[in-house]
Amino acid sequence: MNLVLFAATVAVLVIMALALVRAFVGPGVYDRILAVNMFGTKTVLFIALYGFLTDRPEFLDIALVYTLINFIGVIAVLNFVKDTIEKDQPTAEPSTEEEL
Amino acid sequence: MEILINFISAILLVLGVFLGISGAIGLFRFPDFYTRMHAAGVTDTLCTACIIGGLVLQAGFTLITVKLIFILLFTWYSSPAAGHALIKAAHKTGLRPLLRKDSEQEEKSS
Repeated sequence: MNLVLFAATVAVLVIMALALVRAFVGPGVYDRILAVNMFGTKTVLFIALYGFLTDRPEFLDIALVYTLINFIGVIAVLNFVKDTIEKDQPTAEPSTEEEL
Repeated sequence: MEILINFISAILLVLGVFLGISGAIGLFRFPDFYTRMHAAGVTDTLCTACIIGGLVLQAGFTLITVKLIFILLFTWYSSPAAGHALIKAAHKTGLRPLLRKDSEQEEKSS
């Protein structure tokens, strides 16, 4: 059982690395925010798994707090990015419905 | 009984890890931001559910399980909301989805 937990922890680390690569490569700023968001939720899983691996249940409190902070962080970055982009191109062309 | 619990939680963990890795690979294979958001968002919540489900089986009826359930609930609420805000911001500032990749050439040529 310990082996499965260890394998899951390593796999979550791999997923985090892939998300980070996406953050560096990502063409637009929104791809980067998406990658950081995914990195955050995977960190929560990593903390929980690591807490179980080393039999320290207090790690789950950290994971709980990190879940909420990650969400607030993404919203904060979005507000920041939206304001700066709107300053650069104030008239984003109107989203005609049939385009979607 | 112990072996059964370990076996089921192992299966759940492996399933969660598989979903997470498929989501991460989806981040690279999809051509456009909106499809990548789909890949990341969909597996995000299900991968969390499977892995935390596997851990809940490990912990049994203790305070740890309550914390795990709270983590799961907060992730289920916050991740889609963040995804929605992200897509709304992207669309509002003019990022258009890549609708027709192959047939675009015909439109240009015709």
